[in-house]
Amino acid sequence: MVQFVGLKEINGPLVVLDNVQGASYDEMAELLLEDGSKRLGRIVEIQGERIIIQVFEGTNGLSLNNTRTSLKGKPMELPCSKEILGRIFNGAGSPIDGLGDVFAEEYRDINGKPLNPVAREYPRNYIRTGVSSIDGLMTLIRGQKLPIFSGSGMSHNKLAVQLVCNSKLSDDRNSDEKFAIVFAAMGVNNDVADYFKRSFEESGVLENVAMFLNLSNDPIIERILAPRCALTAAEYLAYEHNMNILVIMTDITSYAEALREFSSSKGEIPGRKGYPGYLYSDLASMYERAGIVKGGKGSVTQIPILTMPNDDITHPVPDLTGYITEGQIVLDRTLDHTGVYPPVSVLPSLSRLMKDGIGEGYTRKDHSAVANQLFASYARVQDARALGSVIGEEELSASDKAYLAFGKMFERYFVTQGATEARTIEQTLDLGWDLLSLLPRSELSRMDAELVNQYFDPARGERFRGEA
Amino acid sequence: MLEMVYVGEKRLVGEVIGINDQATTIQVYEETTGLKPGEPVYKTDAPISATLGPGILSNIFDGIERPLRSLYSLSGAFIDRGANIPALDEERTYEVTLQVSPGDELKGGDIYATCPETRVILHKCMLHPSLSGKVTYTAPNGSYKINDVIAKIQTPSGAEAELTLCQKWPIRTPRPVIERKPISLPLITGQRVIDTLFPIAKGGAAAIPGGFGTGKTMTQHQLAKWCDADIIVYVGCGERGNEMTQVLDEFSELIDPKTGNKMTDRTVLIANTSNMPVAAREASIYTGITLAEYYRDMGYHVAIMADSTSRWAEALREISGRLEEMPAEEGFPAYLPSRLSQFYERAGYMVNLNRTEGSVSIIGAVSPQGADFSEPVTQNTKRFVRTFWALDKSLAYARHYPAINWTDSYSEYIDDLADYYNHEVSRDFLECRQRINNLLNEEASLMEIVKLIGADVLPDDQKLVIETAKAIRLGFLQQNAFHKDDTFVPLEKQLKMMQVILYLNDRCLDIIKTGTALSEVVDLGLFDLLAGMKYEIPNDHPEAFDRLYTSIDEKLAGFHSARHPY
Repeated sequence: MVQFVGLKEINGPLVVLDNVQGASYDEMAELLLEDGSKRLGRIVEIQGERIIIQVFEGTNGLSLNNTRTSLKGKPMELPCSKEILGRIFNGAGSPIDGLGDVFAEEYRDINGKPLNPVAREYPRNYIRTGVSSIDGLMTLIRGQKLPIFSGSGMSHNKLAVQLVCNSKLSDDRNSDEKFAIVFAAMGVNNDVADYFKRSFEESGVLENVAMFLNLSNDPIIERILAPRCALTAAEYLAYEHNMNILVIMTDITSYAEALREFSSSKGEIPGRKGYPGYLYSDLASMYERAGIVKGGKGSVTQIPILTMPNDDITHPVPDLTGYITEGQIVLDRTLDHTGVYPPVSVLPSLSRLMKDGIGEGYTRKDHSAVANQLFASYARVQDARALGSVIGEEELSASDKAYLAFGKMFERYFVTQGATEARTIEQTLDLGWDLLSLLPRSELSRMDAELVNQYFDPARGERFRGEA
Repeated sequence: MLEMVYVGEKRLVGEVIGINDQATTIQVYEETTGLKPGEPVYKTDAPISATLGPGILSNIFDGIERPLRSLYSLSGAFIDRGANIPALDEERTYEVTLQVSPGDELKGGDIYATCPETRVILHKCMLHPSLSGKVTYTAPNGSYKINDVIAKIQTPSGAEAELTLCQKWPIRTPRPVIERKPISLPLITGQRVIDTLFPIAKGGAAAIPGGFGTGKTMTQHQLAKWCDADIIVYVGCGERGNEMTQVLDEFSELIDPKTGNKMTDRTVLIANTSNMPVAAREASIYTGITLAEYYRDMGYHVAIMADSTSRWAEALREISGRLEEMPAEEGFPAYLPSRLSQFYERAGYMVNLNRTEGSVSIIGAVSPQGADFSEPVTQNTKRFVRTFWALDKSLAYARHYPAINWTDSYSEYIDDLADYYNHEVSRDFLECRQRINNLLNEEASLMEIVKLIGADVLPDDQKLVIETAKAIRLGFLQQNAFHKDDTFVPLEKQLKMMQVILYLNDRCLDIIKTGTALSEVVDLGLFDLLAGMKYEIPNDHPEAFDRLYTSIDEKLAGFHSARHPY
């Protein structure tokens, strides 16, 4: 293999080589340092015989003449095998748990390829997360990408662990479908990474999880690779081994910041808030890897988690994410402060694929009616509260007061639940009916009379009534 | 400039977008991973073009008209690069009927043959607009493939041109027409808030801006399914893969109410999802409109849904950024407005070269960053479209769909369409529309007061405005896309619904004028009755409205009224 001695220029994570022939775009390169250590890199730009390589582990210690570079002749690939479950990798896909290399059955290009829309199967079945607000109102569907919009200091990590530990394909114990989790952490700090590892170990799910960890002080280039490695692993397990894979990626905001840093070091023209103009396409190239391929049994479902800078949902990262993903789960700081966990803000949250994956044959036939009615009623609660804060709660009409009581109990019993509590769909829906029974029957305008007759019963709400 | 080329050993599709004395810039429509300096570039001597001929309908293409179904069978579930396959199936045969005979003089756009393309659409083969001449040969009627020569003409210069079933047309050039006709027909969509309050005309252009989750795509799907165009071109430009699959699944199951056949028989889909190459996303809009114009030339009414033009504008920005062009507002290139206008101006009601009349209506979704309508794509789009359906986040949060905000939206076509409504529907239609509109606006300003001091302090006539407006919102504007009757509502029923709401309003007004408290009337539940009429009165039984009038009259009979019911 040809080695190139010396470098022309070093700039942040990028090194420039001159007089290189036969290099191809996106090819992998290996840099050999004087002390014998190796670093990996990737060609990100070619101008004639001048190539720019992005070095994964950073350029510390590199000098212009102590480095030998060899080109691998192929793009970056991840060694894949079923053994990756239960293992921990760094962002570039190398094991960091001390258990040695993965014996690869197959090497896969980490960039993946776009899935032909004709070859997609429309997602129609659900994943039970055990969290009432999610299962009941914004059900996660297999093959969906449903992000969690959070903010610094809110309990998204706790929620992520809960989702990993409690998620199941259904409440049916006899199902033979296989389920596993791929977890990618990008730019999280050491404590958080440790919290994840420990929680997974304690709850005994670790052997069913493949973790890709990129800490906040790890090289940013690996942060850009981490989600791609994770998704490649997920695609491999889903499409080669027919498993249903849930990919949890946190934190997309750190990822986008890494992308911005990288883009500016390449000297690209920035777009909104300094993020590169291709941020939408770049995010889409990850999110769109969720899906189901026709004819297969496997699926890739994604829950990306992002922290909204300054809780601003119009910031480019949540904004662009919302345009690509199929809905969003929004966490709310006020709820968080009032001790509601998980602090899911119901009204701006949405699952676009929910309507086709619930109801008879999947969950229960009244599911969509209950969800719609809870949404509509909770929206009314906001109006009643706004009015109450102006004219005083005492002055409100009887129906507005009923709504206030409903809203309070809804937040306290439906949204709130324990960090290890896993509710079945049945429990969630029954709870929904219990709460709706706090309202006058005439307010249930969104449902068929038949359903109301079957489930509505003012006595159901009795246990809340005293409390409200 | 703008020549189509093949790049590298894998023959990736590209287009020349810049030339100077030393270098040529090529935009490649596929991933460039693995491309090396020194690889060859193959010329095609033609601009990037769409192949036009039978076989377009019920097909699904990517942004540069590669058939995705054939790609699937060729390279599997994931799209490989450099896969060059013909846009249209070259092996399929069509029953062709020749429409000319030797000796006929033909000019550009004239129809020389027809063949049934699907069960409902007759395909007309038209002479390429740049050609003309005398027919020298015609093949007998029969089965032909798209590349078979079925006629020959001698052009004025003496050369002979062979005519097949298909032709090529550069996607960035509008197809020529004789003239543009004034707008006079509405595009009927069956969606009440659109048809009644903010209609779009055949040959018109509309924009649907809205933040994520407000139902842009849902509205586009509803329009694609129900609008009364002959042909639907649906462009999924930089959107979700699962969504395109949904369109594909739904349309192939959906029975078209007009023809009784499958919806896909008159639909073509262009899918360039967000993870497919960005340059092809930029081209997909042009490919779509070129296909639309081709069917318009045959005399059909075509509606093109572009979801979403913001992704297309972002593709422009991305490419412009990579070319290191000087950015204008928010990083978008300075030529964004001119490109947008070039696109929307391709809509219109036209007299075609062959004297048939057809129209292209454009409905473009806009995804404004941060749901902020002051961003460049929304603002510039507003300048070029005459119907604007502003989707509202707070309506969507309250699950009021379609979440079209009635105070921010507008349609400039209402005057052009007045004749149609007056003659084809009813003289009352526009008057009712105006009253509904006024009530909604009155409610909006009253709500400002209610928010501050509550509804109780308002006088009864203003409370009535709020009650009626609520009935309009729940009973008329809200429409359930999943309900079999409510998903599409004919204009006659829309009118009847408006009339009965206004009738109740007038009756109540007369009653409260005599001093009766409004709450007594409201307690009768009449307004709730109106909210349910969209489900309870089937589209094909308008006489059921009489029962509604009767029950209103019966219930109100006990009250003194300032004047007699009419």
